[in-house]
Amino acid sequence: MRQPTPPFSAALAGGLLAGLLGQAAVAQTAPDPADWDQVVASAEGQTVYWNAWGGNPQVNAFIQWTADEVQDRFGIALEHVKLSDAASAVTTVLNEKSAGRDTGGSIDLIWINGENFAAMKRNDLLFGPWSEAIPNWQLTDPAENTALTSDFTVPVDGLEAPWSMAQVVFYYDSADIDTPPATIPGLLDWARAHPGRFTYPQPPDFLGSTFLKQALLELATETDPLYAPVDEADYAAISAPLWDYLEELTPLLWRQGQAYPQTGPAQRQLVADDEIDIAISFNPGEASAAIANYELPETVRSFVLEGGTIGNASFLAIPFNANAKEGAMVVANFLMSPEAQARAQDPDILGVGTVLDLDKLEAPDRARFEELTLGVATLSTEELGTPLPEPHPSWMERIEEDWESRYGVAR
Amino acid sequence: MPVLTMGLLALLVAAGLAGVLAPAFGWFPALGHTRPGLGAWRDLFAWPGIGAATRLSVTTALAATALSLGTTMLICAAWHGTRVFAAIQRLLSPLLSVPHAAAALGLAFLISPSGWIVRLLSPWATGWERPPDILIAHDPWGLTLIAGLAAKEIPFLLLMTLAALGQMPARRSLLIAQTQGYGRVTGWLKTVFPQVYGQIRLPVYAVLAFSASVVDVALILGPTTPATLSVQVLDWLNDPQLSLRFAAAAGALLQLGLVVGLLAVWRGSELAAMRWGRGWVARGHRGRADVLWRGLALVAAGLAAAAVLGGLAGLAVWSMAGFWSFPDMLPQGFTPRAWATHWPTVADRVRDTVIIAGAATAIALALALACLEAEHRYRLKPSAREMWLLYLPLIVPQATFLTGLQMLAIASGTAGIMASVVAVHVLFVLPYVFLSLAEPWRAWDPRHALLAETLGAGPDRVFWRLRLPMLLRPILTAAAVGFAVSVGQYLPTVLIGTGRVTTLTTEAVALSSGGDRRLIGVYAIAQTAVPLLGFLAALALPALVFRNRRGLSGAT
Repeated sequence: MRQPTPPFSAALAGGLLAGLLGQAAVAQTAPDPADWDQVVASAEGQTVYWNAWGGNPQVNAFIQWTADEVQDRFGIALEHVKLSDAASAVTTVLNEKSAGRDTGGSIDLIWINGENFAAMKRNDLLFGPWSEAIPNWQLTDPAENTALTSDFTVPVDGLEAPWSMAQVVFYYDSADIDTPPATIPGLLDWARAHPGRFTYPQPPDFLGSTFLKQALLELATETDPLYAPVDEADYAAISAPLWDYLEELTPLLWRQGQAYPQTGPAQRQLVADDEIDIAISFNPGEASAAIANYELPETVRSFVLEGGTIGNASFLAIPFNANAKEGAMVVANFLMSPEAQARAQDPDILGVGTVLDLDKLEAPDRARFEELTLGVATLSTEELGTPLPEPHPSWMERIEEDWESRYGVAR
Repeated sequence: MPVLTMGLLALLVAAGLAGVLAPAFGWFPALGHTRPGLGAWRDLFAWPGIGAATRLSVTTALAATALSLGTTMLICAAWHGTRVFAAIQRLLSPLLSVPHAAAALGLAFLISPSGWIVRLLSPWATGWERPPDILIAHDPWGLTLIAGLAAKEIPFLLLMTLAALGQMPARRSLLIAQTQGYGRVTGWLKTVFPQVYGQIRLPVYAVLAFSASVVDVALILGPTTPATLSVQVLDWLNDPQLSLRFAAAAGALLQLGLVVGLLAVWRGSELAAMRWGRGWVARGHRGRADVLWRGLALVAAGLAAAAVLGGLAGLAVWSMAGFWSFPDMLPQGFTPRAWATHWPTVADRVRDTVIIAGAATAIALALALACLEAEHRYRLKPSAREMWLLYLPLIVPQATFLTGLQMLAIASGTAGIMASVVAVHVLFVLPYVFLSLAEPWRAWDPRHALLAETLGAGPDRVFWRLRLPMLLRPILTAAAVGFAVSVGQYLPTVLIGTGRVTTLTTEAVALSSGGDRRLIGVYAIAQTAVPLLGFLAALALPALVFRNRRGLSGAT
């Protein structure tokens, strides 16, 4: 149910049609975020199409709240284009570029990070730089929180604005498990004692790939090479401990590794159906939200690994051909405001981490965050610990390929 | 058949295909590739799963088609013309109304080790306090996928067979065979089946092509290590590594080749079966195992219906469920929350869905009627080639040509508007409408027209005052089928609508990626209800309009 979209080099048909219909590129002055008042003025009356994953009702409700707010405050009509896979938005922009549609594109704002950002940046599909010039950027501390300027090690260069922080956690049913494993090797020992009770989403699903990266970060003898392109390292030697580990783990997985859940939500359903006991998540608030939504038993709790877990930021990017660039920037800036950030961090609303530096906020704004209480299955910032940075995206691609040929095709 | 309709169909499919040919041979300027080459094909065949994925696509498609056709024919042979058959017929509309994805999700919940059937039997009969670790859905042979496809294709083939049976002296053929001492099933297969099969051949081909390129059902029920070729192609299309688009384009073409090859194999088996069948008929075995066959047919029909309707019932319970854990037979509590939260969105989507499906159906119906009436007035007979053209959108895998079509829409500035979505829906609705309508239309007794003309009515008057009203029932049935087809369209809507035009189905797919069974339940019910209302209207309207015309309002 992912959206397919093979490209079409419509050089001929597309170009001809575009020419006939007068769609050829019209010179347009790029908006300048430094002149913010002008941006806000131009944004009024624009419709912003925000392409974001639509699979989470809480996120959908938050986006709807944002739409109501920006309509009231800035006169912007924000439309949530619900995607089943963020990559399909990348494909749409790519196809628009192929078809010669350099202005008036159908997407104004994309929720994005990691591989998708790297791919869009590499292929010049993004507008910018803009994100470090919008007002609320001043409330962040990029020197301290390096995830804001380096998306999976790829320099952000002002091409996308961070709006939430995520970190890997695991959750388990405390009715079935007293003490969850605290390390990746500990997880293997646990699986030996409880065969068939753990699995992870099938790579290249991002959560499954994240599990592999998390395991590699802990198992590899040196981790520095993981933060540079994979071609520059001895891939075989560095990844060897991961494959040794998976050789042992796979037969102990749910269905002996003959099938895998296809997504994180499918994995969560397996916990709810009592088919597995431990699952991985990229949202520290997921378990609490799912309990509140009757999707997980009340006995579910979260944990992290002793050596720390991977964390990253979610971003908002504007395609090169966006129709409402000013409106998109105003929406992004609003999402980075203390009010929106505090709302997103509220476990009853979303429960995601903030990108802001609380020390830089005015006292009343800081109080919005300090008032928040944690969900029943949510870990505190101290318990979560300092997140480990994401490896270079090329590692993810190589590991996904390798995993697929080892475990993803008939064994 | 009017040249215009046909030309338009061919143009759209060809434009779409061009869009996948170029990147498959290395041409993709937006990614900086302008030198033709065979790299895409090398990548495709270097993928270690290519053999297994291709084999799976072939075996599941052949098995699902054979199973659906066999079961449909057995049901007809064993029960056609009986009261049991009338009961089966009444189940058709609801079965056809359930969207494929919803049926697959429902089936998965029924039969998985933590599913409803095991819950009904646990722990008292099985002793299981926790679900057993058994691979059922996603099994490596694709058996669950085959079963899921068959459960949805049997009703479709049955509907098509019913239309065909109306055109031939089926009952008389069977009666004559029976008076000569043939058993019911054997007699039907020897005398009626050869006539029927000629008429449902194209629908069978459509089932074969669909099974070989289906994505949603394969994702939900099919194997994952590796998945079928169609699923893998979509994975590549959506991979953040944009360079995989080349392998995806090559894979899409391979898929098209696969479908063509499968059709050839099927045609070959038709010929072989025909040769064998002639001998079988000539040998004159009367066949006596009727009781066994009739029982088997009933079990098969029951299983197919239960798989779809039972799964839907499961999803309906989920839509109102509080927490529901294994092995509870029912949820711990019921809550209207999912319905209450999502009803406003559902209502909006229902409105847009009905507008799009209504418009697409109306256009398709007008085109089909114009074609058929022209055929009648000018004594045209549709050539085999024209029929193939009509079927092209059903036979070419959607992913293969729709994305090329999307490019065309983007380039011409028509992407993302409702009218374009309606237009592309017509592509898929028209074949079904034409198919459902053609046989009853042609079967209409031309002596009615002759009589009217001798009374001074011109052809237009005959068409409007006589033929349309007399054929209102089949017309409405065709419209209901077309409407249901439009409601179920996902890829055409999302690609041509570029996410801005949303229907129940696109919303359902986006939301179900979040895996919440309550939400999936809400949308499955809504997605089933909308086409079902169409089918009910098709049944109720003639009865209402012709309440004082006994010959027209009655049942078949």
